[in-house]
Amino acid sequence: VNGPAPALLDRRLLFFTGKGGVGKSTMAAATALLASTIGKRVLLVEVDPKGDIPAQFEHAPVGFKAREIHPGVLALAMDTEASLQEYLRLNLRVPVIGRLGPLARVLDFVATAAPGVKEILTIGKIAWEVRESIEGRADFDLVIVDAAATGHIVAQLGAADAIRELVDVGPLRSQTQWVSDLLADPAVTAVNVVTTPEEMPVAETIELVDRIRREVNVPLGSVIVNRVLPELFTHADEETFDALRAPRGRDVLTSRVGVGGVDVLDAARLAVSLRRTGANHLELLRQSVDLPLLYVPYLFVRAHGLRVTRVVADALGAELGL
Amino acid sequence: VSARRRTTDDPVTLEQLFAAKEIVVFCGSGGVGKTSVAAAAALGATMHLGGKVLVLTIDPARRLATALGIEGLGNLAHRVEPEVLKAAGIETRGELWAAMLDTKQSWDDLVLRHAPDEETAYRILENRLYVNLTARFVQSHDYIAMERLFEIHATGEYDLIVIDTPPTRNAIDFLDAPARMADFFGSRLLRWLTLPYRVGGKRGARVLNVASRPFYQMADRVLGSQFLQDIAVFFLNFQSMYAGFVTRARAVERLLHDKRTTFAVVTTLEAAPLHEAERFCELLVERDFHLGALVLNKTLPDSLRDPSGAAAAGACIDDAGPLADALLETGDPGLADRDRTARVLRTIGESYRNFSVVAMREAELRAELARVPDVVARIPMFADDISDLDGLDAIAGYLFNAATT
Repeated sequence: VNGPAPALLDRRLLFFTGKGGVGKSTMAAATALLASTIGKRVLLVEVDPKGDIPAQFEHAPVGFKAREIHPGVLALAMDTEASLQEYLRLNLRVPVIGRLGPLARVLDFVATAAPGVKEILTIGKIAWEVRESIEGRADFDLVIVDAAATGHIVAQLGAADAIRELVDVGPLRSQTQWVSDLLADPAVTAVNVVTTPEEMPVAETIELVDRIRREVNVPLGSVIVNRVLPELFTHADEETFDALRAPRGRDVLTSRVGVGGVDVLDAARLAVSLRRTGANHLELLRQSVDLPLLYVPYLFVRAHGLRVTRVVADALGAELGL
Repeated sequence: VSARRRTTDDPVTLEQLFAAKEIVVFCGSGGVGKTSVAAAAALGATMHLGGKVLVLTIDPARRLATALGIEGLGNLAHRVEPEVLKAAGIETRGELWAAMLDTKQSWDDLVLRHAPDEETAYRILENRLYVNLTARFVQSHDYIAMERLFEIHATGEYDLIVIDTPPTRNAIDFLDAPARMADFFGSRLLRWLTLPYRVGGKRGARVLNVASRPFYQMADRVLGSQFLQDIAVFFLNFQSMYAGFVTRARAVERLLHDKRTTFAVVTTLEAAPLHEAERFCELLVERDFHLGALVLNKTLPDSLRDPSGAAAAGACIDDAGPLADALLETGDPGLADRDRTARVLRTIGESYRNFSVVAMREAELRAELARVPDVVARIPMFADDISDLDGLDAIAGYLFNAATT
């Protein structure tokens, strides 16, 4: 029987997933930065390498070999061909000199024919790094994965189990059991889902949490709600706002501040409505998902870069009580 | 700057573009509101152009699917009842039809159509690799969406088909899907992989030649020989459909390049989706697809960048006290508490400034757009989600009054 799951940053492997466009990479980067500020060394893995992760630290893109992109934060970009080479070298003692050449094409081919092969090379590499870290052979304590989006994450997390279903014998089968065990351990692993207070991201989050519970044996961590708009008014304030928008209030206001006063009132009206629509989605999320929810405010000032990573890390730290 | 050399015949409004085309493919990265925009475009076409219009949608929000009456219908097309449209205050000249994409069903249909006989068809449908391939993996959506589009277009039942593209990691993946599918089934590797089993019989031992032996030795060590055999047997069966499949994939590709097909790229004015949209516009033009329109969705109002708005916001913050005093004269009980009024004035001033920063950033990004098609439509941010016909009608209004660049 497992004890209570440890705090988020005390685990060894954190996945971040979510619908495209919700800020998954930002959350993975910010969590890494946060962990580094409390003295941990982190390996960030970018599964779908677009260079987004290094960019969050104002660093140039990285390759398959981990590099320090910020004090205490290392990063690597996933590359299934390189992962296969490493696997062959480490597990089957197949000497691979230079590029794989034809074998890479075979891999590509087999990956199309037998989905799961690419996924297992990805998840296998991640699990391998975690095991190295747990057994004290790596220079980091925590692996954070900017993982596949909601449409693909279940296949990725379940790749080791899926392979064992398909492959009856052979090295691939025997070498996937420990991966499954590592992923299933709540003391080690947590999958975090990033979302925004919008209809589709919330719907996908609810569906994904349910699918992960039913289809794969990997523990869930938190749901992180990004871009939460501030509540502008208390209930009493709202009456005042309504009075300002009423004809007499508006006339007095514009006579003093100019015609732009109407723009200011309209903008506040939009802000209130957007917040309210979002609040309804959040309410549905709270009712449907029994996981800790962490809130990160909408950032008006900046869109991306290290400044944003820092601000988001601070917000997450506050939510986690650090 | 126009994407192509502009001739006098190029459409300059969405209405003209839609009138000239039979297929409009909406694409863009996730979260930009592609599905709603596609559905609204189809509705707009029904209102402005008439005829029989179908919107083929991939993964609509449940409430949108309900609004269109297609929830749980699988691949079946459904007509949005005229009474339902009328009840929403929408006058249409034509018929609006809607359908969803059921990936698994579409693949099964494809196999049943192309397999040489029923026995082979069922051997494929029951193969565990096939089940895996079609049910679990996102990539297979790319091809099948385009295949369905071809299938529907070939029936000649609709004047206009509007299709929403599947969420792919790269917005362009689906474009390559037909070619990739054809290449895959015609590849030497596939022949190589299945050859030993073909010679040895479908369930027999494999016969290796000198050339393929090292490959098999390596593949055996990684995958195990049983798994390899499973793969080979699956593709032996699948190859019986090769001719039909490749012909079809080529036809699908031709249809996407056909003059009657156009592409509309949807994006928000945020850095990442916009960057993706720009790259997509470039690729479409490079590959000789017709880039018809760019839709900027969820944009903030221009009033947020108005100097008079900024001045008023500043006054609300700096002169909140005196303003609150002046507002006492309205006699409105809501404005009777001077301190509260001052606080609310400061809050709305700050809120204007916050949103103003975002609006400036949007304007900056819009100005930087390098390559845009002739038709650019801008849709404002709606406070509520688009989940009913009223909402689609509102978007359609902006789409069909699209200004030219």
